[in-house]
Order: sequence, then structure tokens, then C-alpha cells
Amino acid sequence: MSKNPNLKTAEELSEMARQIRRDIINMLVIAQTGHSGGPLGMADIFTALYFNKMKLDSSNPEMNDRDYFFLSIGHIAPVWYATLARRGYIPVEELRTLRRINGRLQGHPAPAKTHGVPGVEIASGSLGQGLSIAVGMAIGLRMNGKDNYVFCINGDGELQEGQIWEAIMTAAHHKTDNLTMIVDRNQCQIDNRTELVQELEPLKEKFHAFNWHTYEIDGHNMKEILHAIDEAKAYKGKPTVIIANTLMGKGVSFMEDNYKWHGIPPNIEQASIALKELAVTKYGDFFDLEEYAEL
Amino acid sequence: MKFNLDSPEMKETRQGFADALIDAGKTNKDLVVLGADVSGSVKTNLFRDAYPDRFISVGIAEQDMMGTAAGLALAGKIPVASAYGEFATGRPFDQIRQSIAYSEMNVKICASHCGITVGPDGATHQSFEDVALMRVLPNMNVITPCDYNQTYRAVKLAIDTHGPFYIRFYRENSPNFTDINAPFKFGKADTIIDGDDITLIASGLLVWEAIVASEKLKKEGINARVVNMHTIKPIDKETIIKCADETGMIITCEDHQWTCGLFGAVAEVIVMHRPTKMDYIAIDDTFGESGIIASELMNKYKIDREAIYKKVKKHLKK
Repeated sequence: MSKNPNLKTAEELSEMARQIRRDIINMLVIAQTGHSGGPLGMADIFTALYFNKMKLDSSNPEMNDRDYFFLSIGHIAPVWYATLARRGYIPVEELRTLRRINGRLQGHPAPAKTHGVPGVEIASGSLGQGLSIAVGMAIGLRMNGKDNYVFCINGDGELQEGQIWEAIMTAAHHKTDNLTMIVDRNQCQIDNRTELVQELEPLKEKFHAFNWHTYEIDGHNMKEILHAIDEAKAYKGKPTVIIANTLMGKGVSFMEDNYKWHGIPPNIEQASIALKELAVTKYGDFFDLEEYAEL
Repeated sequence: MKFNLDSPEMKETRQGFADALIDAGKTNKDLVVLGADVSGSVKTNLFRDAYPDRFISVGIAEQDMMGTAAGLALAGKIPVASAYGEFATGRPFDQIRQSIAYSEMNVKICASHCGITVGPDGATHQSFEDVALMRVLPNMNVITPCDYNQTYRAVKLAIDTHGPFYIRFYRENSPNFTDINAPFKFGKADTIIDGDDITLIASGLLVWEAIVASEKLKKEGINARVVNMHTIKPIDKETIIKCADETGMIITCEDHQWTCGLFGAVAEVIVMHRPTKMDYIAIDDTFGESGIIASELMNKYKIDREAIYKKVKKHLKK
């Protein structure tokens, strides 16, 4: 099993999620490019999956009986990289290299063999593609008689891509109950709020009509997240979607629920305020804003 | 090599694809085939009937099909995704680019109904741009076999070779003249007819047209070399340079837009290594149209034996 043991309690997991949020702020303030809002909003769910619910071994990312994780919204890569670093897939210090030339932390994730990082199975960035891949994996695993589980993270704005609905139909048709899709329902996309750009509601009913098993949770309530994942994995006969109601920019007051923070990084003053709001954890930071002038 | 010019054996290239899948499927249990509703047309219904557990229907959803294929490849399968030329390349181009080519997924994209010979269906279904779209992608291998036998061998090779492949073939019956027993030399062109006056580098259905044109020219004392450039990517630089050195002029022959297909691939080598006079037989920057008989369309769009013959004569006029 992993060299880093799972975190057991919701309190421990929430503290790790807070550290990951701090890491995101530090990565972005160093890079001065990248997305802030989405990554902060998904820190709790990434932590729940990587530190408690998924079968994995960070020292052997290609372990045969690992659960498969697909991120369909590649632009929230900072939360993935911070999670992979804290879980031991890559050095925490490497988080300084987000979006830098000759680095592995591509602006949108790439697999290790394509100059990306271990733990990333396939490229993502162009929206709408991840669920098809996850469904293909789920079908392939079943054909192979394997019981690995598949998770796919999708954005809510991303559901405006037609390919997503093709994949939703394929999953339902093939009854891929070894797959859970988690929708980051933060109500925001780059131009505006989702319901103003192109409305998604009634979203749960749409999935229901497409013959999926549906859940709706508070995506920041660690106990609810853990419970929903357990329920989804246990459910047989249909794929499951967990619609996770989240706040874009969660944990940083001036970013929360503000679509304008979709695609930009904080400056040093904003980062300083953000890090004050996200209390220090026992894990420690990889970067000190004091160093910023030296960069 | 002797050709039966008057009455060659006629066979469908798409049947070569279907037969290769069925034969490979006997021993290769990882081979899976995805269907986007047109399985009867592209003949993957034969694989489905032989191995129903290894056929995955995704509905009329080519973009989803490419992603699903990528996921299956990650699961250790060898997925074959098949549709008509345009719908296997143009429509899901971004899915192929990101989920298959960039990610280096072991997916085989096999397109039937390519080129103008799909005839009555008209311009929407006549793919003249598919080779261009696939050739430009890093990591992608592109094969345009010329007959049933070569399609069969190319598909078997792609299944046995790790990496993304695009294989292009046709609906129509066409002359079947290559040796079924000769191994498929991936990336190495076949010189079918020798000659030193000019070189015809052809691909797909145009290989036969070039052979017929060359035989006609031979009677007039013109020796036109015919090269079957079945692998468009990686292109066989060595053979192209040799043809330029030995014959002094190259005409490419393809049923695809004149830009970015075979002509483009050969011209890139010529410009870099041996500036030599070139011309093309290809679709001339236009869309197609309906027509019942394939040969009539090929004639109208000047991509047949007659067009090749005339073009050679024009260039070799003393």
C-alpha cells in the first residue's frame, strides 16, 4: 500500500484540504498565471479521494489494482498537482514550477510519458472529453474482469459540451456501475454564472432522465463527501453522478462564488490576504511569501 | 510484376478491413471494436457477429467513440474505432488530437467510404481532407492501402504495432492486385513498375489508375515508374529522393485534396532534400458532388488513368 497512509477522520482530511488550498495560492502567486477559483473549490473532494477513498500507491502510480482518476476539466490542474504532491507522487517543492518551461506541471495536465506527471493517466484541457475516457476505462475493466473503480471529475459549465451527453448516454447504455462522475457544481464559468451563460438546471433531473443514479451533496462537507463516495461505489446497475455543490474560490473570502476568479492568479497582496484566511496547518508550506521579491 | 489490366479481380477494401479484424480477433483477445451505428456500412458488423462480447456500441457519437476508445486503450485493450472518412477524422478531430495523439493512446482509427468513390452520397460524405487532418498530428501513423489485400495486411500490422494509427479505405469494389503473402512494409514504399522517365507516386485507389496509365505510356515508349506510397506517415524519404534522382520528375496521384495529403508529404521531402519538378493528380481545392458511377466522378474530377496519362504526356512533350 501507499507509503503515505490514509487520513482517517473528516477533521484530518479537512486540514489537508486547507493545506492544499494554501499550496494552490502559493503555486499561483509564483506562476502569476493559472486558475484560482475552481482548484480552491475542489480541494475537499480531491483530498477525500486521494487521502481516503481511492485505492492507490503513490510510490507505484501504475499499480494494477489502483482506482482510476480522470480530471475532465484540465484547467483546475493546480488542485490536482498540490494533491499529488501532498500524497507523495511528486515532490512538494516541484509545485514551484507550475506552467514553467521544461517542467512537468503543464498548464493543463499531461501524462508522465508526455512530459507530464505520474498519476495523470491521459491529457485533459480541451473540455468535454474526460467522461468518454472514463466510460471506456469502465467498460474495459469490466471486460477484463477487474474490480478497479473509476472516478471522473467534471465541471458544471463543461456540461454544455455535447460530447459529455454522448458519454452520459454511453455510460447508461453500458450500465457502467464501476464509474462515478463528480460534477463540480460551483455555478460559475469563465464568462459569468452558469445559468446566465447557458442554463443547466434542472440538472439532477437531467441525469435521472438519462438513467443515472444521482446524488447531490455539499462539496465542502467532508463527511457528506465520504458518505456519498461510499454509497456510489456500492450502487449496482447504473453509473452514479455526485452533483457536488461547491463555492468557486472556497476559503478565500474575496474569491468565493465570484466567477471573475475562474481563470486568474492572485497578486502578492491578494495572496497574502488569502493565506491569512486559510489558517496555517501542521503540514507546512513549500513557499514563504517573503521569498517573493527574490523570484 | 504482371497485371491483369483488362479484368482484374475486384474486391472491397472495407472487406479486407473486416476480414483482418475477424482473423486477428481469433487469437488477440484484447482486440475490441467500437461501433458508431454504421457497422453494416464499415463491415464491423461481421466482427460483432463473430465476437459479440468485444463489440462496443456507442451510438451515432464519433467524438464519444474516440474518447471511449482512448479509455479502452488505457485499460489494455486494442480498440478499433471505425466510421466514414469525414466522421472518423473531421468531426472528432479535437478528441483524436488530445485523447489519442497527444496522449499516445493505442487506438486504431479505421475509416471506410473515403474519397470521391463513395459517389451518390455527395460532398458531405466524400472525405478529401482526412489524410491532411491525421498527418499533421504528432504521434499519428497514417496508412492508405491500395486494395483488399493491402488493407487486410495494413490492419493486421496496425493491430500488432503499439501506437495511434489512421487507416483509410473505401466502400467500392476495386482491383485487388497486390500479393497477399508479401509482408506489409510499414513506412517503406513499394515500387510496382520500374521506369526512368518520370515517377508516379500514388496512394489508395489511384495506385491502380497509375498502373494502367503507366502501361499505356509504355506502349508509346514512355517508362513511368509507379510507386505505391501506402504509408503517408512516416513517409519514405529514401524512396522519394531516389525517384527524384533517377527520374527527374514526380507526379503524385491521390483521391484527396491536393494540399496537405500525399502531394504535400512528398513535396516536403523534395523541397528539403532534392528540389525537383513536381505535379499532382488530386482533388483541386473543391468539394465533390453526387454521381452514381465512381469512375465517372473520378473522370470528372480528373483523378483517373486518363488524367494521369495526359499529365505525363504534357510534361514529357519534347
